[in-house]
This record gives sequence, structure tokens and C-alpha cells, in this order.
Amino acid sequence: MDLSSREFWALIHGIVLGGAFLVAFTGGLAGFYSLRPELVTAEGISERIRRLSIGTTAMAVLTWLTVIVGTWVVYPWYREDIPESPRSKLLANPDTKDWHEFAMEWKEHVAWIAPLLATAAAFLVLYYRADLIRNPLARHVAMGLFVLAFLVAVVAGVLGALITKKAPVT
Amino acid sequence: MEAARTPQTEAVPAAGEGRPEGPVAAALLATGVGSLVLAILVVIAEANESFATSLAYSDRVGPLSGKTIWAVVAYAGSWAILAVALRGRRMNLRAVAVVAGVVLALALVGTFSPFFELFKSE
Repeated sequence: MDLSSREFWALIHGIVLGGAFLVAFTGGLAGFYSLRPELVTAEGISERIRRLSIGTTAMAVLTWLTVIVGTWVVYPWYREDIPESPRSKLLANPDTKDWHEFAMEWKEHVAWIAPLLATAAAFLVLYYRADLIRNPLARHVAMGLFVLAFLVAVVAGVLGALITKKAPVT
Repeated sequence: MEAARTPQTEAVPAAGEGRPEGPVAAALLATGVGSLVLAILVVIAEANESFATSLAYSDRVGPLSGKTIWAVVAYAGSWAILAVALRGRRMNLRAVAVVAGVVLALALVGTFSPFFELFKSE
């Protein structure tokens, strides 16, 4: 049951930050969905806005941490120029080289769009706050950014999980 | 107490009411700029080996280090500039969102591996 340092950081990147990211997204999405005039009372507005602010800000912070840890801590081990590295193993076999050339090449780049989107979504929530409930266009734009950030992160996360299954960082 | 439980039915703010859209436009456009810079660097690095090497600010991370650093610089820098330029401005948020959406779509295409690998140098 021992984890190497590399496995520990891969776990932080993929499971701990990824799991917290999912929780933040769920909270934020519920907040956006319920933030409609017909669903919220006056006393409920401040509570909803507070929850939405926390959810979107947490998701933005988690997305930044995930890509920074992924790129600067885990990725160097993946791409080490030694035969035992996951990248070398995948490229050595014609049956698995697409896991690097398609999946990893896509994942490592597209993932960096997620924190930009999530930060913009959090900014809109923090900027409009309670006005968001009276401004459906701003609410839809913020929700669009938020959901797109999630979808981009899901692409990167799923590809990362599949690549790890084929050639884990150890 | 009863009034406090009444759902909110306030009217949608008309154009020119509510908080100015300028700062939001700055955030949206900066997201597009940062994403597009990343995509452009990915495509150029794929097409030009020496350019890719020049982006390898970290030996361990390789060219991805330069691509992402410059994308974040473009994002933060363009946001700061646009935030000052558009501060307090009334803008058509729908039009800004459409422009940002188109730029983001281009960035998503540019960072899709089957697309940028079309430019791979031999």
C-alpha cells in the first residue's frame, strides 16, 4: 500500500484536485440553476449568491492548481527521456502510440483553457453578485463559461485517467 | 415575514441599467485572447522545431512550459489592458459573448491534436 512520491503527486493531480473540482462544479451548477427570480426569495438571494461565489471561485482555484501541478510536477515524469517513462513506453509500441500522439498531446494543451474559462466565470459572479438574478444574459454567459470550463476539464481528466491506465507514472 | 418568502419578480434591467458591462467584456475577451495565443503557439511549435525548442524554458517540462507561460501572460495582460480601457463602459454583452465564443472555438480547434498535427514539421 506504499505510494511513491510520483504516485502521490499523480494522485493529488488526478484524484484529490479532480474530486474537489467535481464537488465545486456540482455546487456551482446547482447555484446557477436555482438562481432564477421565480425560485428565490429575498432572504434566499444572499445565501445563493454566497454559495455560488464560493463554488465558482473554488472551481477556478482548483482548476489552476490542477493544471499547474499536472504540467510542472507530474508531466516531467511522464515525458522523461528514458525507456521506462510512460511516454517512451507508449511510443515504443505501434498499438499504443496514439495514446501519446492523440490523447496526451490534446490533453496537455486543451487543459490550460479550463482555468481561463473558470476564472472568467468566477469573475462574472463576483462582479454582478445579486444583480445576476435580474440579468439573465449575464447569468447565461457566466453559466456557459462555467460549464465549458468543466467540459474542457473533463476531456483532459478522462484522457489523463485512460493514459494513466495504459502507462502510469511510477 | 411573509413578504420575505415571496419569490423575486423584479424586472430584467433594461439596456443602460445595472452594472456597466465593460469589466465583464474585458474578462470575456481576455479569455479568448489567452486561449487563442495558446492555440497559435501550439500550431507554430508543431510546424517549426526550432521555435518549439525556443519555448522550452524548462528542460523538464519542454516546450509546453513556454506555450502555457505565454498564454497566461497574454490572458492576464490583455485582461489588465482591457479592464482599464473598458472601465465603466456600457457594452452589448451579447455581441461580446459571441465574439469571445468564436475566438474560443478557434482556440479549441487549434489545441485539438489531429488539427495541429496537420502542421507537423517533417
